[in-house]
Amino acid sequence: MNNVRNKKRANKSLPFFFKDEFKVFSVIIIVSTILLISTFTFDTVPPILNRGIQPATFPKGLLVLIIALTSLIYYLSFKKPWKKEKELPKNFFLTLLSFIFFIIISKTLDFFLAISVLSVFVSYNWGEKRFFYLLLVGIIFPFIVFVFFEMILGLRFPPGIITNLYYY
Amino acid sequence: MDNLLLMMAPLFSSKLLLVLLFGTLFGLILGVLPGLGPTTGGALILPFTMTLDPLSAIVLLTSIYCAGTYGGAITAVLINTPGTPAAAATCLDGYPLAQKGEAGRALGMATVSSTVGGIFSVVILVFFAPILAKLAYEFGQPEYFALAIFGLTMLASIGEGSPIKNLIAAAFGILISTIGKDFMTSIDRFTYGINELSVGIGFIPVVVGLFAISEMLTQSTLLHQVFKRVALKAVKLPSKEDYKKTWKTILRSSGIGSFIGVLPAEGGTVASLIGYSEAKRFSKNPEEFGKGSIEGIAGAEAANNAATGGAMVPTLALGIPGSATTAVILTGLIIHGVRPGPDLFREQPDFLYGIFGAMLIANILFFIFGFFGAKIFARITLVPNKILWPMIFTVSVCGTYSLSQSILDVWIMLFFGVLGFFMRRFGFSVVPVIIGLILGELVEGTLRQSLVIFDGNWLMFFTRPIVVTFFILSFIALIFPLLKKKK
Repeated sequence: MNNVRNKKRANKSLPFFFKDEFKVFSVIIIVSTILLISTFTFDTVPPILNRGIQPATFPKGLLVLIIALTSLIYYLSFKKPWKKEKELPKNFFLTLLSFIFFIIISKTLDFFLAISVLSVFVSYNWGEKRFFYLLLVGIIFPFIVFVFFEMILGLRFPPGIITNLYYY
Repeated sequence: MDNLLLMMAPLFSSKLLLVLLFGTLFGLILGVLPGLGPTTGGALILPFTMTLDPLSAIVLLTSIYCAGTYGGAITAVLINTPGTPAAAATCLDGYPLAQKGEAGRALGMATVSSTVGGIFSVVILVFFAPILAKLAYEFGQPEYFALAIFGLTMLASIGEGSPIKNLIAAAFGILISTIGKDFMTSIDRFTYGINELSVGIGFIPVVVGLFAISEMLTQSTLLHQVFKRVALKAVKLPSKEDYKKTWKTILRSSGIGSFIGVLPAEGGTVASLIGYSEAKRFSKNPEEFGKGSIEGIAGAEAANNAATGGAMVPTLALGIPGSATTAVILTGLIIHGVRPGPDLFREQPDFLYGIFGAMLIANILFFIFGFFGAKIFARITLVPNKILWPMIFTVSVCGTYSLSQSILDVWIMLFFGVLGFFMRRFGFSVVPVIIGLILGELVEGTLRQSLVIFDGNWLMFFTRPIVVTFFILSFIALIFPLLKKKK
């Protein structure tokens, strides 16, 4: 209980732009506003074809609702500040980084290579140093899954330097 | 009588029995593993159901749902970590009882009460789903719109966390459903010139991202967490005294769970919390709660499993999911060309009663597996996260890719994984996003078609009694949390 109180106090003492509630509020409002502006670029249908409402009206209404509700939670946070979250550990950022590696490798080199690299990278950073287990998560398991999907579902995975070896 | 025979159909089909056995086992494993659960598991296995006929596919998904909901109790009792969110209340008394050396008794009660709750809810499903489906014949587009709004407001009101945040999440889910070509005019919305987006964002990438990938990121922050595992010798059936003490609680919680399940919310999670608190309120020994009360375990477990059948009622009768997992089941139905709603009850009773029967059998099967195999299932929790999660990532990526064979879906999955992590971190539940996404087309479609019927006059909504009733109920659902706070 005391810990929670201390955390709340800690959050209260921060300048407003460092507080979680402000960060969340800003992100939602900025993204929603950009999306709302983009709805004005949607094509419109001529009145004779327009049955009910224009295609942009419904998303516009939703975005206005999101902006209004987000403003409301921000306003309420003045009365009841959010508790401060713990700092994110290094492993979180490394896992996040592995997602970026995954996207780059899957786009440029190979889909399965990307899976293997991510699996080994994550497993290693999470503390697995034994070679067999890294081999298991990085090569053996993805290969089993690949063959399983390929044979049972008849899937064709995107071409790449390793996948092509299997197909040709 | 005919319907009863149709319900027994899965027992006479070796294929369906095999599917049920596999689904129950798979569901138990998913339930036992913290962070995974029937929703993620159902979404991951969805591509594989394409190789099955529609009935087998839905039987597989429903058996995963029933067994997965129960499986969470094993981890809750033995390592004080709920395998699924629905088992959170089970930890409160399950683990203290296990610490007293009575893990077998705790798991025995969890198994019995889950089974009774599950079977009770199937009976509710068999009786109420057809009645609701008949009522739905009275519904036109405006009524469906009002019903969907009522569902979303209930979700916000009784769902986990802040109602306002739940509403934002639900609105965001509906917004995602508007991406792609407008279904009435074929005008592109939020596609920004990306051709793949014109067909919209698939349900599976979003579900797998919000549940599996966000959980992977959560696990990356918990690597130093140490679980204290209580040893289990064998699961014990409850004694006569335990039955005497808990039968009323089990029945009450079964009723509560079935009712809560019908409402679109986090089904089992909310049901178990209410079931637990009601068990405490009615108990002769409320001071024992939190210290290893057998009634606490019974109350939470009967309620969360009873929510499974309850959640299937609106899913099958109206096409409106009662929980995140039933949203996955609904997607399975749609993928297999089955349109849920009143017509399904009239045209395909064999299909429906087959599902009801399968749910009944799944409840009996997880009782047997749980009773004799809990010790083995508990061992699954020993698989270290550093090996388990990269494997789950591999299956998630391949499963997501397989549905539309689009790499963009995989990237969307990753995006929603990161988004889901931050949503949860800042107190936004991800379940309303899923329900909003699946109801989005219904909400927009019925609103626009209603306006066509009403010639653009919004006030005409208030001339229809069913619509007005749903609007009043929605209003009550919205102000209910405020009133509760003031109390």
